[in-house]
Amino acid sequence: MQITETLGLLLALSFIISLLALTILIWAIANKQVHTPDADDARTIFTPGEGAEIDEPNKPHHFDTERSGIDRVSAGPVMWLIAAAVFWLIFGSLHGLAASLELHLPDLMSGSAQMTFGRMRTVHLNSVAYGWASQAGLAAVFWIIPRIFHTRLRLVGLVKLGFVLWNIGVAAGVMAIANGWTDGLEWLEIPWQIDIVLALGAACFVAPLIATAKHREVHHIYVSGWYFLAAILWFPVLFIVANIPGVHHGVEQATMNWWYAHNVLGLWLTPLGVGTAYYFIPKIIGKPIYSYAVSLVGFWALALFYSQVGIHHLIGGPVPTWLVTLSVVHSVMMFVPVIAVAINQHVTVARNLWALKESMPLRFIWFGALSYTAASFQGSIEALRSVNTITHFTHYTVGHAHLGAYAFVSLVLMGAIYQIVPRATGKYFPFPRLIAWHFWLNVIGFAVYFLSLTIGGVLQGLAQLDATKPFADSVILLKPYLEGRSLGGGLMTLGHVLLAINLIALGFTKKTRETETDNMVAAE
Amino acid sequence: MNRYLPLAITALAILAMATLFLVIAPGMQIGAQGPSPGLKPYTEAEARGRDVYVSMGCLYCHSQQPRSIAQAPDAERGWGRASVAGDYAYDAPHQLGTMRTGPDLMDIGDRLPSQGWQLTHLYQPRAISSWSIMPAYPFLFEHKDEPGPGDVVVHLPAPYAPETGVIVAKQDALDLVAYLQGMKRQYAPPTDGLRDDGYALIAAQQQKQTDAAKASN
Repeated sequence: MQITETLGLLLALSFIISLLALTILIWAIANKQVHTPDADDARTIFTPGEGAEIDEPNKPHHFDTERSGIDRVSAGPVMWLIAAAVFWLIFGSLHGLAASLELHLPDLMSGSAQMTFGRMRTVHLNSVAYGWASQAGLAAVFWIIPRIFHTRLRLVGLVKLGFVLWNIGVAAGVMAIANGWTDGLEWLEIPWQIDIVLALGAACFVAPLIATAKHREVHHIYVSGWYFLAAILWFPVLFIVANIPGVHHGVEQATMNWWYAHNVLGLWLTPLGVGTAYYFIPKIIGKPIYSYAVSLVGFWALALFYSQVGIHHLIGGPVPTWLVTLSVVHSVMMFVPVIAVAINQHVTVARNLWALKESMPLRFIWFGALSYTAASFQGSIEALRSVNTITHFTHYTVGHAHLGAYAFVSLVLMGAIYQIVPRATGKYFPFPRLIAWHFWLNVIGFAVYFLSLTIGGVLQGLAQLDATKPFADSVILLKPYLEGRSLGGGLMTLGHVLLAINLIALGFTKKTRETETDNMVAAE
Repeated sequence: MNRYLPLAITALAILAMATLFLVIAPGMQIGAQGPSPGLKPYTEAEARGRDVYVSMGCLYCHSQQPRSIAQAPDAERGWGRASVAGDYAYDAPHQLGTMRTGPDLMDIGDRLPSQGWQLTHLYQPRAISSWSIMPAYPFLFEHKDEPGPGDVVVHLPAPYAPETGVIVAKQDALDLVAYLQGMKRQYAPPTDGLRDDGYALIAAQQQKQTDAAKASN
């Protein structure tokens, strides 16, 4: 019993430390003990005199013209990252769609081991998580960091090396999985031997960002920078600790698995998405973020609470009670950072709704930011024991995962791509109407996808909790909802194809904008 | 925030704290308990079969962690008693799972011990359950004109049987079935077994309140 008491104490301790740290932070802000980021700091993403005007290719902000030298350095690696990310997006979407079809048409592709559901689904997850979202996020990071620091990107060669290693790693990883070579843990399937290449690639991305931060020509680090600079340190630590072979086994490995898998969302993909939205929302609208000081609470509360939520994936399982309770409590505390970010981002947009009509990238990013709030609220509620009993082992969880990783992170990053590419290449997208089509295909497709899995998942969970019903009932009732998921997923994939078409077509068009001179003239 | 070093140190310290609480502390507690008394290590065939299970991604539809009767009727479905940490001492990679598109498999060897049933079901699940959406694994089997010596022939109902010859199991299929047959936890769980007792505690609490309310009436 002694050990249980000790661990109970640890649990209380963890929560108290987190709460205390947050209280001290709020006290310090209230009493001006730390430098509170203020409206002037929020304006560091603008040049003097800039603002109140939409940032679109036809009417570029002064920043683009005055500091175009900064963009010119990062444009190369950023475009490579975007091109590769979109490749993995299409590749991953097709595998996701195939896996979805297999669930209601089980004999469709049963001829080969490579095409079996268990592998298709896993290739989907790894290609969209590491190939698409991570690289699109890195593209945004390498574009935004030099801009908010008012200095060019350093150690560009290292970024390029990282890009090559990362893509070799992802390609080798998904090929290994398709052929049955896997480490067998969710989110950690890529064999550890290949993970060495990915870890080296990730390491190559760290030094250029730190070097760029060191050379910055502004005193204040803009909020996007906190998220990016912390995430770029968190990810390699998570990835390496989780993939060390021979250390983890049994239930200890399961807790490590979910420590990793939820932190790769919370401390990697989420900061990439939130940081990108924090930059582009005010930048596109031309007005600084609303109530900038709150962003400090949002950032540190995310770090403190999100990092300890992972074990809610093992509620009711063979893990110590105190550990589950710890993660449930921290999951609920996630309301704090999420509300802080919501105040910053949604109020900024709500006061400038006109901008949504004028900027397609903003529409993507705004939809993504709304989804972040929704996904986080849903996640906090889903972690409650009573709710989790119904939803835990069902497709409801898959719907939730896509609300976070897709509707939030992916939509923000697609918006970022539409915003960045014309500025990085000096070209317009040749088919601007396809961008609107892409947006609506994704939004409608996702709505169909999410509602299908959410409703189907709850019904599946309730059926499995009813001992009078045979297990078969939970499978039979789910089928129409699985078909709905395929329909939604098909529309989403179609949207991604439109993005790829626009990008490829842009590659073949001639330069229509000038980015390299200071006296840029609007093209129209 | 205007300086990177304090930001970096604090950010990494927070991650270190999370690692201590979520990985290191539970790891020590679980490690101190060791395997459940009565749990046997996997045989060679079972271990090979487990590798097939992992490589096919069975995990993505089947959990291996029956819940307690205080939370869900898993035991009533014949899925076995609520598992404890020591039941998984020989598992690497762990296959606890997070999805039940199909049923929990922790005690499948107890529930469906027949090799013939398992082989037919792996070759074509719909030959047994028309409603099943499980993938078929025909590539774990061979079509032969005549079964050779030692070949295990798969019994198939008419619509799924080949027109001529027989379907025999490859080694991978036999190993996978050996693993599934070995999935049974027939020993009693250790009294101090580690698991999430949150639901049992809540149920006990509610019982106490109901009793107290009755007593005061």
